Amino acid sequence: MSEAIVRPFGSADRGRLARIMNMSGRDARGPKNLVPLLLAAPLLLFMLAFYALPVVTMLMRSVSDPAWSLSHYAALPDDAVFQKVFLNTLYTSVIVTLGTLLLGYPVALALVRTRRWAPVILILILLPFWTSVLVRSYAWMVLMGRHGLINEALLAAGLLERPLRILNTPLATQIAMIHILLPYMILPIANALRQIDPSLARAASGLGATPWRTFRQVILPLSMPGVAAGVLLVFVLALGFYITPAMVGGPREITLSMLIAQQVDQLNWGYAATLSAVLLATALAIIAACYRLPGIGNAFRMNTR
Amino acid sequence: MAGAGRGASVSLTDLEKSYDRVAAVAGVSLDIRSGEFLTLLGPSGSGKTTTLMMIAGFEMPTAGDIAIDAESVVAMPPYRRNIGMVFQNYALFPHLTVAENIGFPLKQRGVAKAERAKLVGEALELVHLPGYGERYPRQLSGGQQQRVALARAIVFKPRLLLMDEPLGALDKQLRENLQLEMRRLHADLGITFIYVTHDQEEALTMSDRIAVMNEGLVAQVGRPEDLYDRPSSRFVAGFIGESNFLPAIVRGIEDDVVVAECDGALLRALCPGRMSPSPLAAGEKVMLTTRPERLRFADGAWHSPSSSGAPQNRLSVTVTEAVFAGERCRYMLQAGDGTAMVLKEPSSAAIRRRAVGEQAEIAWSVADTILV
Amino acid sequence: MNATRLLPATLVGLILLFLAFPIVVVVVVSFSSATYLTFPPPAFGLRWYSAYFGSEDWLRPTWLSLWVAAATVVLATLLGTLAALGIARLPRALRVVAAGLILSPLIVPVIVVAIGIYYAFSHYGLVGSPIGLVLAHTCLAVPFVVTSVSASLAGIDPRLEQAALSLGATPGGTFFQVTLPLIRPGVLVGALFAFITSFDELVVALFLSGSGAVTLPRRMWDDLRFAIDPTIAAVSTLTIVLTVLLMGCAHLLRRRAERMRTA
Repeated sequence: MSEAIVRPFGSADRGRLARIMNMSGRDARGPKNLVPLLLAAPLLLFMLAFYALPVVTMLMRSVSDPAWSLSHYAALPDDAVFQKVFLNTLYTSVIVTLGTLLLGYPVALALVRTRRWAPVILILILLPFWTSVLVRSYAWMVLMGRHGLINEALLAAGLLERPLRILNTPLATQIAMIHILLPYMILPIANALRQIDPSLARAASGLGATPWRTFRQVILPLSMPGVAAGVLLVFVLALGFYITPAMVGGPREITLSMLIAQQVDQLNWGYAATLSAVLLATALAIIAACYRLPGIGNAFRMNTR
Repeated sequence: MAGAGRGASVSLTDLEKSYDRVAAVAGVSLDIRSGEFLTLLGPSGSGKTTTLMMIAGFEMPTAGDIAIDAESVVAMPPYRRNIGMVFQNYALFPHLTVAENIGFPLKQRGVAKAERAKLVGEALELVHLPGYGERYPRQLSGGQQQRVALARAIVFKPRLLLMDEPLGALDKQLRENLQLEMRRLHADLGITFIYVTHDQEEALTMSDRIAVMNEGLVAQVGRPEDLYDRPSSRFVAGFIGESNFLPAIVRGIEDDVVVAECDGALLRALCPGRMSPSPLAAGEKVMLTTRPERLRFADGAWHSPSSSGAPQNRLSVTVTEAVFAGERCRYMLQAGDGTAMVLKEPSSAAIRRRAVGEQAEIAWSVADTILV
Repeated sequence: MNATRLLPATLVGLILLFLAFPIVVVVVVSFSSATYLTFPPPAFGLRWYSAYFGSEDWLRPTWLSLWVAAATVVLATLLGTLAALGIARLPRALRVVAAGLILSPLIVPVIVVAIGIYYAFSHYGLVGSPIGLVLAHTCLAVPFVVTSVSASLAGIDPRLEQAALSLGATPGGTFFQVTLPLIRPGVLVGALFAFITSFDELVVALFLSGSGAVTLPRRMWDDLRFAIDPTIAAVSTLTIVLTVLLMGCAHLLRRRAERMRTA
């Protein structure tokens, strides 16, 4: 039996070991670990300087321009232009969200169910998804213009005598936005569907449920987290859309983001900041309201797999 | 100051590890001899893995000391302890080939490329995987991956090898094969092995000594046969192998044997751990234990090897179940006071099978009866 | 195939057509030889491509966009990877706050971000400067880098780091020999996303470009507002090809990393 030289384990040893040990997270709780903070600090400082502080300072103009007061906000309920634009923005967002939901759910279902066609479907979803919003909006300009495909096709088929005015209407905005936001609805729903245990559907079938019943009572409810995530994502993105409504939308139906841009052009910073604050607050409020729902975390994960 | 032999000696002194207010390890003291194969055995939550992790250096003890080759290592980071380690899920680097995996520790120690290749080749031979160097871990089966993990852990010739349930993820047949290989490796290398498992059969098969752990403490340390024949507590008796438990009341003490009454019969039992610390008082309630295969039917043709000549205990029972299990017959018995027991005897045409409901008398050696 | 399966399949097919068709249209129009925007085109040719490649007016913004995107990639990947490594080991409270700040550009409406940055940068004198664009785009691109690297990090078996330490690698050695190679796919995917984010970015560029730093999207936007020129179709097609190539690589990288992980 060897004679052990037992040295009492002191706090100095503990501290030194803890500092070296910051690799295996568990003991990092004790003495404060500076390394992770040092790694994250450059980016945090960078974003504070060039993103967070600029945005906050600009938003402050809503209460500091021309003098410290809440007058800009107080004026909003009487601001007819703002009301109209805000309601229009909300309305468009709702329509677009519904549209993407109705069109997107079947596609998500198809993507998850077929093995043969899944790569093809995925490519057809990802290709437009990867294309820039500008190019996609332009594509719709080409399609919906006076000499665009839709009009030319309908004229050639004899269904029209004169070209329809599709471009520069609210409908154009809605169609284009649905097209652009559709992948953002499909992917979270597909994600959620993929996580449903396949034996559940089989169990339901074995218990006598028709395919429709199985879908309605088993699949649909279980896919709700994905649906919620998709709805949230699409709605919040639609609220802030600028490029598409500006390019294909009607001149009289502008969105809140377009109004903000206009006001900045006219250097009405106070008003622009107020509108921005309202837009941001609306988006945050909706996110906060839905935050408690299960599965929401997946909405902001860039998984296409 | 290294001990004699190729293996390191390890000393754990009053080792403790607490998380918040929960003690995972509540005071473990253990001396592991140079070159021995010691297993830390226990159910999940017993603190065995935590103890291993502290020896490796991945957990910091909240109290106590760890000495390897008589030198305290508690303040030493894991990468300086020169200990080999094998994990349950192998932890092979997926982005490196088998050869690069095995050569990794050599690279950290500055071994030259040519020498590295030679040592890696030798290690691969040792684990029976010659020529697998250029493959990637994901191309190997579970058993092969485990052998690569072993090779990687010993290639730099450590004096101590730690293993955390390395065979847990493998199927039974593979596990048994690898157990034998590890035994052989231990004999060849001569270094100290500390092995963690919850599988008592595995521990009994492979170890020189076993430390049974429960709730953060060492319940008993000893050779497999000592733990099997002389368990020191109810927990050890129940955890290792199968045991019959007989509640009894102390009636007296004869020499170093205790006499207790169970179901009207006077039984005698050895008390390996109890005599000196707290002498037993008459009327005290105790638990006696004996192994199913040590019991025999008193009038039967089968005589348990330990029964000839030695003093016997007897008890009257009723057979409640009879199961033929291949090489043995298993009988569930019930004593008069309702105590359930199990008896195992070899199955053979020469031995009469008992029927359910049959009354019988069983006998077994006093030497096989332990008070826990 | 019976009717109950044909109908949904047709429906899905139509929706997918709806998704893909506009892109096809743009590509087809780019090969048209008509001078105005019409579909289907009367004849085919490469005139709009030569119009693009022959015009300094188009090539200058293209180069600028490429440079700004390249600089953004370097900055965003560097800052983002370090931050992802740090965030993973922060205590929970700090981690939530840090991640919240870093990922917020994904949630805040881009117009708000754009005018906020414009407001501040006009005070810094960074409007109409490529540097201003790089700084702004980095902030927009970093969420993608951090998300991608974090996902990669999370997928690393923690026992691998312990194994490396037990085998004698120092914490620094473990990082370079084990952690870094295993997060490389995540870093690359993040870098690719960062590039595309910057290259395609329009809203912030609308405010920050001024007249001195006109990016390609900004140029296209101006063109669309003032003259509908099919050259845009050619430019669009080229950017589609570029994006698809880069995103395709990112996709394949991710698949490969997953395959390498499963033992």
